[in-house]
Amino acid sequence: MQSSNTTDEARRLLEICNACRYCEGFCAVFPAIELRRSFTNGDLNYLANLCHNCRGCYYACQYAPPHEFAINLPKTLAELRGETYVEYAWPKPFAVFFKKNGTVVSIATALGIAAVFLLTAGLQSPQILKDVHTGPGAFYKVIPEGAMIGVALGTTGFAILAMVIGAIRFWRDTGGGKATGLHALATAARDVLTLRYLGGAGDGCNNRDEQFSQTRRVYHHALFYGFTLCMGSTTVAAIYDHILGWPAPYAFLSVPVLLGTFGGIGMMIGTAGLYWLKLVGDQTPTARKWMGSDYALLMQLFLAAATGLALLVFRSSSAMGALLALHLGIIFSFFAMMPYSKFVHGVYRSAALLRYAHERRNSGQPEVATHS
Amino acid sequence: MPGEAPLALNQTPDVLVIGGGNAALCAALTAREAGASVLILEHAPREMRGGNSRHTRNLRLMHEGPTKLLGDSYSEKEYWDDLMRVTKGKTDEKLARTTIRLSSDLMPWMERHGVRFQPSLTGTLDLSRTNAFFLGGGKALLNSYYTTAEKLGVSVRYGAEVQELKRDGNEIREVLVSREGVMETFRPKTVVVASGGFQANIAWLKEIWGDAADNFIIRGTPYAKGRVLKNLLDQGIASVGDPSQFHAVAIDARAPKFDGGIVTRLDCVPFSIVVNQEAQRFYDEGQDMWPKRYAIWGRLVAQCAGQTAYSIFDAKSVNLFMPSVFPAKRADNLPGLAQQLGLDPIQLEATVAQYNSAVAAGSFNPRVLDDCHTDGLVPPKSHWARRIDTPPYYAYPLRPGITFTYLGIRIDEQARALTTDGGAMTNLFAAGEIMSGNILGEGYLAGFGMTLGSVFGRIAGKEAAHHAIK
Repeated sequence: MQSSNTTDEARRLLEICNACRYCEGFCAVFPAIELRRSFTNGDLNYLANLCHNCRGCYYACQYAPPHEFAINLPKTLAELRGETYVEYAWPKPFAVFFKKNGTVVSIATALGIAAVFLLTAGLQSPQILKDVHTGPGAFYKVIPEGAMIGVALGTTGFAILAMVIGAIRFWRDTGGGKATGLHALATAARDVLTLRYLGGAGDGCNNRDEQFSQTRRVYHHALFYGFTLCMGSTTVAAIYDHILGWPAPYAFLSVPVLLGTFGGIGMMIGTAGLYWLKLVGDQTPTARKWMGSDYALLMQLFLAAATGLALLVFRSSSAMGALLALHLGIIFSFFAMMPYSKFVHGVYRSAALLRYAHERRNSGQPEVATHS
Repeated sequence: MPGEAPLALNQTPDVLVIGGGNAALCAALTAREAGASVLILEHAPREMRGGNSRHTRNLRLMHEGPTKLLGDSYSEKEYWDDLMRVTKGKTDEKLARTTIRLSSDLMPWMERHGVRFQPSLTGTLDLSRTNAFFLGGGKALLNSYYTTAEKLGVSVRYGAEVQELKRDGNEIREVLVSREGVMETFRPKTVVVASGGFQANIAWLKEIWGDAADNFIIRGTPYAKGRVLKNLLDQGIASVGDPSQFHAVAIDARAPKFDGGIVTRLDCVPFSIVVNQEAQRFYDEGQDMWPKRYAIWGRLVAQCAGQTAYSIFDAKSVNLFMPSVFPAKRADNLPGLAQQLGLDPIQLEATVAQYNSAVAAGSFNPRVLDDCHTDGLVPPKSHWARRIDTPPYYAYPLRPGITFTYLGIRIDEQARALTTDGGAMTNLFAAGEIMSGNILGEGYLAGFGMTLGSVFGRIAGKEAAHHAIK
């Protein structure tokens, strides 16, 4: 069991919160606190991931600094959340990637891009990156089909395995038990897909100051659903290619291109918006230590979407080869780093929401009234 | 800093509001919406703005039928009866009935000004019919009011302590204010004082209570120094309320001197025995349900030597009440516990043994006035009396935590300050704790302070604006 200064601080704060309870109506964290009288390290890790960093409690807190109790729950839970990413990472030696994660992810991205360019130029020929390629199978002329599919399956397969193991470790550490109740699964799925707890109690969360706004939730939705559309695009394209035998590129109005276009635009808006909110937002209730990690993931996702759209626009030109190499380099590094980047917040937060839905149902505590 | 008034601010606002809590903001918002220019002078810095309202969480609302938040009804008669019960008749009926009646209109007004509500908090079932809870508590409510006020063009100066109001006949002509060591003079058309009581002025408390006041803990803001109150009383403004009295509850003795708020409260008394520094019991811990009794324990502990007492219980009772901010002292036996508390171990064991032998059989139920009581013990424990015999043993040290003082300035139905010669000030209005003694001459009713501040804040704001721009 890990025990750090952050753990001790989180425990101190939660014990005060449990004596106060004024924030009970904000989100899931406070009703979950109230189900306990003391907090194990597993409880703390669970609550840290249940927190969506909406910051409503920070601005409402009568004990926030400069009060001597100095309660800054969003910051402390964000710091602890980062530590849980390290704690549950698999395989263990790779947890080191979470140290200076912003830098690590940025370097990995640069290396991914460089690798694709060097391998293409070296194993194929530098000229291939400059030629115009059109017609079915054009992309495979630049990056051979076997290499593209092999790397894609390898990185995503490993990423999924690593994240599933991480999720299992989280689940066990935070209390174990079965997680199969249909009602709880449905509740958790709704809470994830609607980002219920970035909605505050109807008016959204705090970014710059005491005022509430739905902006962060909207940008996150643009990113999340944009990303989902892009995954859909890739899936449809894979079916076209490998089952129906229609290799890319596809027409502008085809299903994969439409999904990818809207998805890519959504991702660019979402990532740019979230980046901007981080820049202008109040830094006090945030974990500065983990900001680099946030920025790196946003950068990766923004670049993935931007290069994907650029590839679409310039696919008939001589820029296609280089753009494809760039795009795939970013995608490759994104999937390779997925279990060791801020991306894992989605895994643990979903698991925490599932645990919450379960314990809520078992406790008989009434649903918290959020008007989302 | 957001909300700071510009330096070139007009120093002659229509309405100058002194104070930065709930009543002040209700007055400022109302006056501004009536067309007046408004300046708020808040003694605290922005981070600590809002006086005791920071620590509140609900207000008590009359309602004739179920509302979207409050079930059933809470009629004027029932509300009035509750008020009479706690004040023992020490109230101005006209002002009290105004407060009660106008409380029924408060919720929509508050929501229009950004306040959000939530269902009554866990552990407050006794208030779920009568009291509406603010989402996020009092500081969240204040944030909403300040945000709305700033949008409406109300100016706010933080760190501004009013030193003197210059009375000339029945008018306030000038207000002297110190801010960052610089004195400024304001010449407002009207003034609303909503600057609270004097409970944070330890020197003043010592004039009444002597050195015992050094052991009092102030539950709320350290900025309630009573300077405005004293200044006005010195200039012939009529007073109301017993100048020596305050409302206090028994709280954790380890609480910060100021601003400890809700988390320092202890609800363990009915499930414990309470002893003084001689390790002797001194009052019936199980006299009545705790919400009806917690206020008398502030006074009881204040009368103990060293203003300190100890609530002692065993493992059976440890989870029967809300957790509080500091962990209980804990030991495997009573002498060990006594040692930690600095009590005589032999006497504590004797007190517990005497109590244990007086406990009669009964069926324990923490939710009702059960039949677990003592026989032949002085003082008795009337309910929830169980033997203290299951280690580990626990104790909380208690001290009086002062919530507010009763002394205030006398007002009329327009919230105008009255004078000792029977007149009324023309441009001086009062709202909130500084005038609560008109209505709450004794005791307290949960959530009533916020009701009173809201109702009279709005009245004062309206009347002040009317007077300023007529």
